[in-house]
Amino acid sequence: MTTTTIAGKDLIVDGEGFLQQPDQWSRDVAEAMAADLGLSLNERHWLVIDYMRNTYLETGQAPTIRSLGKQSGVPVKELYQLFPKGPAKLAAKLAGIPKPHGCI
Amino acid sequence: MRQVVILGAGTAGTIMANRIARQNRAAMAAGDLAITVVDQDGKHLYQPGLLFVPFGVYRPEDIVKPRRPQLPRQVRFLVSQIDRVEPDGNQVLLTDGTALPYDVLVVATGTRIAPEETEGLTGTGWRKTAFDFYTLEGASALAEALAHWEGGKLVINVVDMPIKCPVAPLEFAFLADWYFTERGIRDQVDISYVTPLPGAFTKPAASSTLGYLLTNKGITLHTEFNAGEVDGTAGRLVSWDEREVPYDLLVSIPLHMGSAFVGRSPGLGDDLDFVLTDPATLQAKVKDNIFALGDATNVPTSKAGSVAHFQAEVLSENIQAYLEHRPLPERSDGHANCFIETGFGKGLLIDFNYEVEPLPGRFPLPKLGPLPLLKESRINHWGKMAFRWIYWNMLLPGRDLPLVTANLDMRGKDLPASHAA
Repeated sequence: MTTTTIAGKDLIVDGEGFLQQPDQWSRDVAEAMAADLGLSLNERHWLVIDYMRNTYLETGQAPTIRSLGKQSGVPVKELYQLFPKGPAKLAAKLAGIPKPHGCI
Repeated sequence: MRQVVILGAGTAGTIMANRIARQNRAAMAAGDLAITVVDQDGKHLYQPGLLFVPFGVYRPEDIVKPRRPQLPRQVRFLVSQIDRVEPDGNQVLLTDGTALPYDVLVVATGTRIAPEETEGLTGTGWRKTAFDFYTLEGASALAEALAHWEGGKLVINVVDMPIKCPVAPLEFAFLADWYFTERGIRDQVDISYVTPLPGAFTKPAASSTLGYLLTNKGITLHTEFNAGEVDGTAGRLVSWDEREVPYDLLVSIPLHMGSAFVGRSPGLGDDLDFVLTDPATLQAKVKDNIFALGDATNVPTSKAGSVAHFQAEVLSENIQAYLEHRPLPERSDGHANCFIETGFGKGLLIDFNYEVEPLPGRFPLPKLGPLPLLKESRINHWGKMAFRWIYWNMLLPGRDLPLVTANLDMRGKDLPASHAA
């Protein structure tokens, strides 16, 4: 656990940059993290990020890539275009929730 | 009379039935406690044997026995499909409408492969040029295909994690290298291992220690490959981000899911139908009188028979405490212990848990072993082959294996410098 400054705020993150306290998140933080990764967020990204964050806050679990594909309104193929390499992991990071257990 | 219902009579369910029956012999004889075990069929498959079927080492009939004789005589055994569990009503509904009320429920229904979840996998070429080996049908069909194969591109693909016995796909690759060498056509066979993970093994320590095995055996590794589609006509495996691996023969380890009734049971499972389970007590999150173990849970350890066995030692104590209204005394640490077949009569052994990665050393006795950890040896291969007897005669009856502890034993492990301090 370390502290890092993103979008002017001091945030607690793990070794891979996942926020450890979801309430420290804001849309500005997500935008800044995305820019750092060379991504510019559009409405499709936000659909996924919001779905991811809401599911986590409601259930305490991050959705898997398959349930994202079925329930977020964005098909799996497009998820890989929006969030290259690992959509579930990357979207979780941008949604300000801890790293999903599935990504071992 | 108190009712204990166990769903599933595989490794985990059978061990649990034997342990609970043994602990409650008097109560059962007195009519104070009854155990009912339900499974969808009457055949118990020795699942570690599936790996050897495609290579003709075991025949299908070598690894199947009836379920009933593996269970205690005094339990009731039902063969039926399960419709759902009603946690609020404390009952299980079978598909024929039978209701099984319970005081304690144990979910041990394992995991199943879901090849239909990958586009094209069950289409053209299914079980002709594209196979699984996690079912008896798949492993048998693959044995037939391999015996007549003249060579070409063999691709082994793990679709997604978690999978049952996470090292089995690698063992398959190692055994394929040996098998085609023995057949004298290894130079005609190109073996690729395609995984969604960043390395060949799920645990980083094992990946770095054992990565040499793939290089030495001439196996090409493709990492971070998330298979989205199988094109059986052209023989192409395509990832979601549009990378392609061509194949002549595909061995797929399809998406794994829990049993479908879990999804129909309110609050019981996650979105892959694995039971939401406390990793330490093995109590289901949904209700205090439901417990789960083995491949059926979502706990973050390997889905493996050794895990089910170690969990059963913990869980039978916890269920006994629950029946006697005591606090749950035991804590599972996710202990797993796996032989890894590496081909040419050699094997590896790994021993780890939720927190501790596989380490070198000796097992089960410190220094003496005789089994070396995280290192290839002939004795580990013989350990793996002898395990079939141990499974039927010691493991399923729920006896504690001599010298092998339920939780991970750090004696005999060589700690890396960072841990030793």
